[in-house]
Amino acid sequence: MAILIIAEHDNTVLKDATHKTVTAAKAMGGDIDVLVAGKDVEGVSAEAAKIEGVRKVVACDHISLKRQLAESMESVVVDLMDRYDAVLAPDTTTHTNYMPRVAARLDVQQISSVTGVENADTFVRPIYAGNAMAHVQSSDPKKVVTVRTTAFDTTGEGGDADVEAISDPSGPFKAEFVSEELTESDRPELTDANIVISGGRGIGSSENFAIIEALADKLGAAVGASRAAVDAGYVPNDYQVGQTGKSVAPDLYIAIGISGAIQHLAGMKDSRVIVAINKDEDAPIFQIADYGLVADLFKAVPEFTEAV
Amino acid sequence: MKVLVPVKRVLDYNVKARVKSDQSGVDLSNVKMSMNPFDEISVEEAVRMQESGTASETIVVSIGPARARETIRTALAMGMDRGIHVQTDEDLEPLAVAKILKAIVDAEGPEIVILGKQAIDNDYGATGPMLAALLDWPQGTFANTIEKNGASLSVKREVDGGLQTVKLELPAVVTTDLRLNEPRYASLPNIMRAKKKPIDAKTPGDYGVDTAPRLKVLKVTEPPARKAGIKVENVAMLVDKLKNEAGVI
Ligand SMILES: Cc1cc2nc3c(=O)[nH]c(=O)nc-3n(C[C@H](O)[C@H](O)[C@H](O)COP(=O)(O)OP(=O)(O)OC[C@H]3O[C@@H](n4cnc5c(N)ncnc54)[C@H](O)[C@@H]3O)c2cc1C
Repeated sequence: MAILIIAEHDNTVLKDATHKTVTAAKAMGGDIDVLVAGKDVEGVSAEAAKIEGVRKVVACDHISLKRQLAESMESVVVDLMDRYDAVLAPDTTTHTNYMPRVAARLDVQQISSVTGVENADTFVRPIYAGNAMAHVQSSDPKKVVTVRTTAFDTTGEGGDADVEAISDPSGPFKAEFVSEELTESDRPELTDANIVISGGRGIGSSENFAIIEALADKLGAAVGASRAAVDAGYVPNDYQVGQTGKSVAPDLYIAIGISGAIQHLAGMKDSRVIVAINKDEDAPIFQIADYGLVADLFKAVPEFTEAV
Repeated sequence: MKVLVPVKRVLDYNVKARVKSDQSGVDLSNVKMSMNPFDEISVEEAVRMQESGTASETIVVSIGPARARETIRTALAMGMDRGIHVQTDEDLEPLAVAKILKAIVDAEGPEIVILGKQAIDNDYGATGPMLAALLDWPQGTFANTIEKNGASLSVKREVDGGLQTVKLELPAVVTTDLRLNEPRYASLPNIMRAKKKPIDAKTPGDYGVDTAPRLKVLKVTEPPARKAGIKVENVAMLVDKLKNEAGVI
């Protein structure tokens, strides 16, 4: 059994989502190689070579992979799949964009966002906003899997794998990159942070989000949001936590002015400790909070910031 | 230019799914079903394309049980021109759905197919890109804004780091994200008018597609439950608990 893991990176830094995906692959059993596809990725490849238990790093360095767009990624991965029985990638937007294309080309059904690996062909995945867990066994000859990385521990370093350069993706491609507007922040990444503080509609405006940010900076936390806060334009789209946004599982999640709709809970209910601050004592968020504070957030949050 | 929009009938987003006691699946008897919310956004976008003169015809497809016709009617009431209902009682996987959709695209010749980025029941998020690959078309997933410029389509996408804009050669597949638009409610006159719009009745067999599932559902279980927490009186107590009981700050 040979498994290909696709690295999560930005051409400069190898992200921990990769190490967690390796952990998921280890539960399947077999040899594990890591694909680093991007532009100028020598550094990232060298980092991937250090992941404990990795047999080999396969590097594809080409201008068409700089943004890891769907068609070029599909081309690289599909070409490699002669050599592998399974391919796993983190379920971030980079990979959920093209992994179903890979599955369709290989004529297999993708197994999306797995939170458990029982063996080489059986996986657990949340469905219905995480209100049910499907245990599925794949009969396909090759497995195409995306991994909900928050459900897996990281794999440490200690490996010393070789790096093999492979040939360029075979274009031309019918989509091209035009521009991007990335959210700048010095705070930890939402999906990686030990503490996440999220604000909802109750915050009321983008200016008011400053009180969430002040608390976050005091605690070294990442800032998230509910869909309602994103829709209202208080914060950018990439702050959204939930069924259709990001999944997080920090040590501490603080939900402020968030009611606790099932779609929001889907993205944060696996956090270790959950705190809710809401003025409505019947808000559903209190049903899953370890510590609930019924209070006006405009009074409680500045007090909280002051006290820590 | 024709625009095709596939829609799925799913458990309403306001209803919490209940796992059946025999662990065979989720209980869908006597619960409210609706159009997948992302598909409403797709329908809205197609109707707007027609209203602005970009689209000449809008076609809605649903693959599902007899009652999926109601979902097609909803899309017709929102303004789509005609429907195709591929009737099946099987719970088809995205791969099978994408194959049927490919056959429909081959027959109808749309230039844009707009799908939801995911269905909120099985959360696969796979059908759109699968269809694009089978057609060998480019794709713009998680669309926040769509703009047609001549023979190409500009799609601003909601990605994990922010927003990314790509330019696609047509024909192309687009999948919708939450901020693309706000779907309209169908007015009563439009609901009446929709009753007269044509819906083609088909079956998966008409398209010669093998729909056998690739995944066997061994069981469907409850997610791990969280134990009930406590309410704290004030901020001081909260800080004390977080420091001394939970040890997280
Ligand atoms: C297809 C689909 C996908 C979705 N995906 C997601 C998703 O991924 N993530 C997500 O979050 N949602 C998602 N939603 C939306 C979800 O259903 C809810 O609408 C949303 O989570 C509500 O956000 P909220 O809790 O901020 O707002 P509300 O439900 O309006 O709650 C605001 C809360 O703030 C409290 N409040 C107000 N003022 C104060 C104050 N001064 N002090 C203290 N408390 C105050 C109120 O008591 C209330 O509980 C999705 C919905 C659909 C249909």
